[in-house]
Amino acid sequence: MAGEKLETVEIVKEKGESPNIKNLGDFWNFLKKELVPRGHIATPFNIISLPIMLLGYVFIVLRLAYGLGKPVTNLNQEYPWGLWIGFDVVTGVAFAGGAYVLCFIVYVLRAEKYHPIIRATVLNGFLAYLFYAGAIVLDIGRWWNIYNPMIGNNFGVNAVMFLVAWHFFLYMLAALVEFSPTIAEWLGMKRLRKILGAMTLGAVIFGITLSTLHQSGLGALMMMAKSKIHPLWYTDFIPILYFVSSIFAGLSLVIFEGSISHKVFGHQLDEAHHKHYDDILVGLARICAVTMFGYLFLKAILLVHEHAVPYLNSAMGFWYLFEVIGFILIPCLMFISGAQQKNTATIKFAAILTMVGIILNRLNYTFIVYNWYVPLSEKYWPAPMELIITASIILTEVWVFRWMVNRMPVLRKPPAWAIEKH
Amino acid sequence: MDRRNFLKILGSGVAGAATGNLLTPGRTLAKETPSAKEFYGILVDTTRCIGCRRCELGCAEVNGLPVPDISESKNENLLKTIRKTSDTQYTIINRYETEKGKIFVPKRCMHCNQPGCVAACLVKAMRKRPSGQVTWDLNCIGCRLCMISCPFDIPKFEYNKAIPRIQKCNLCYDRYNNGVLPACVEVCPTQALMFGSRKQILEEGKRRIAANPDKYIEHIYGEYEVGGTSHLYLSSVPFEQIGFRKDLGTVAYPKYSTGFLYAVPFIFVLWPIVMLGINRATKKSKEDEEHHEEKEKH
Repeated sequence: MAGEKLETVEIVKEKGESPNIKNLGDFWNFLKKELVPRGHIATPFNIISLPIMLLGYVFIVLRLAYGLGKPVTNLNQEYPWGLWIGFDVVTGVAFAGGAYVLCFIVYVLRAEKYHPIIRATVLNGFLAYLFYAGAIVLDIGRWWNIYNPMIGNNFGVNAVMFLVAWHFFLYMLAALVEFSPTIAEWLGMKRLRKILGAMTLGAVIFGITLSTLHQSGLGALMMMAKSKIHPLWYTDFIPILYFVSSIFAGLSLVIFEGSISHKVFGHQLDEAHHKHYDDILVGLARICAVTMFGYLFLKAILLVHEHAVPYLNSAMGFWYLFEVIGFILIPCLMFISGAQQKNTATIKFAAILTMVGIILNRLNYTFIVYNWYVPLSEKYWPAPMELIITASIILTEVWVFRWMVNRMPVLRKPPAWAIEKH
Repeated sequence: MDRRNFLKILGSGVAGAATGNLLTPGRTLAKETPSAKEFYGILVDTTRCIGCRRCELGCAEVNGLPVPDISESKNENLLKTIRKTSDTQYTIINRYETEKGKIFVPKRCMHCNQPGCVAACLVKAMRKRPSGQVTWDLNCIGCRLCMISCPFDIPKFEYNKAIPRIQKCNLCYDRYNNGVLPACVEVCPTQALMFGSRKQILEEGKRRIAANPDKYIEHIYGEYEVGGTSHLYLSSVPFEQIGFRKDLGTVAYPKYSTGFLYAVPFIFVLWPIVMLGINRATKKSKEDEEHHEEKEKH
């Protein structure tokens, strides 16, 4: 992406003048110009990712033509939910939690320190919902009916899933409104920018409320699987555990994504941002450490409360301790030490460990400790096509993210006419 | 056919089943006052089931499923393994070796009084009918949460169809509306299955246990399990020996998610107020802001 670097610098200069869009024709011409790829096309990332993406699209057609089962996925009657729900949707949404947490910090608490990373985080959250939660279209068997809960082809108003579906939909709208000023700046639409900017706080508060409910709602979906989930994981408080863990899951992704973005798009950032960035990381690490500590405390109480302690001394118990100690306690301690010593390498490593832990936790609920009594030979294991479709969706999201960051003022400074006053 | 006629037929079917068995003389079930609010179900007496699999055949024929081979040689082979219902089999019979010898157990949807699958469904494709049947409808989006939420693992999904359905026993809902007994009950040669209102079959089950305390254990599976089911089972051995889970509890499954659902309106009202409050409280005064801006200029 070295080529992109040079060109983007030129664009930044060029961008001093925003496009002058007066009618639909102007917009169309501008969009056509923007859709043209910039920089080197044959970068290692592109060469690796493009074939995977195309292969994934072919498999998606197969899935639609032949149904949800074999050969595309290994889902079966024992394991109705697999990788697509467990990873793409449930884990993906937890990782997207960074958007609502940072919105709370920046717009509600007005902690200006974190303002430089808000746009990238909100964009990331929005795209995560669009793509990963969007991946639900592939997973639901009767996908052509997906609008039924919206249009009232029977409202199952008392169903947790109904709530989650509506909240996904509304949160996507809220996140789009939160991000929309950036799009208006890109298009040079000054009046629209002003209107959309005024809507931010409302969208943020609405978005945080929705996030609280659907992050916990994803956990509440598993409440009626009481007889199937191992008692070490099943508690009445799954929704609260999901909500609390989405805070540090989301922030860990912000740390992880930020460290990559800074390498790839670093040239778009001004010096002040670079200077502040380590300080931001330390702050995020502190928030992670505190919430993880709270989460651990909750886990310990629940272990006693649910009388699950005796299960610890079993194969499942070791798996539980592996998850809780290896991927919550250890990264929590690493966040603390990283924040104290202002060591960003430790913080980044802790973020990766935390993310692995969240993936483990969510997959545990969807298929690993779900039906834990089923013999190992009959357990669900993702099929190759399932994995490739998942990879394809993630890579497509990265491509869209890159396209937007290279064209819109996500990381770089907004145009002079739009500098925000807080 | 109107309701009166239907009930007559229903009554005679039940009475027929009763008179066909010496253990149940002189019952007057047909006199029971019916109401649309009453759930109908089946009493399954596992001591009477002979494992002929005729119910499987009858079910398949009525519901347009692949017709099973129920010859004796085939049965002998098939019953060696414990099977589960599938997307092409709404009902199956399993054979268990127990302390009292071989026992045959028909398995199908329990038609819970408060079903988890119905509570899970976001488009009410799964419905508990007023007359007790749990049925599935075409507006389903295929999310499969009903399968996750069923304590008996009953709803099955057609994984290998481009246009899949959820498949499960619907207690022959169409036949019920036409005043006909469920196919499995109709074809059962030993009256192991008895169709009636939940109250009727529960009373009958208790009567059989009381009349024959040595034969039956004193437990009707489904009377209290998961808040009560419309399918009730009688057994001569403890239920865990014939493939029933004893750890499901007596709480109706939808109750497990009500705690979360109750919290939703509170959060929806309180969160915005609290956040708006914090936002107002953290707002800097004008002087502060000017001071701040000046500092930035320097």
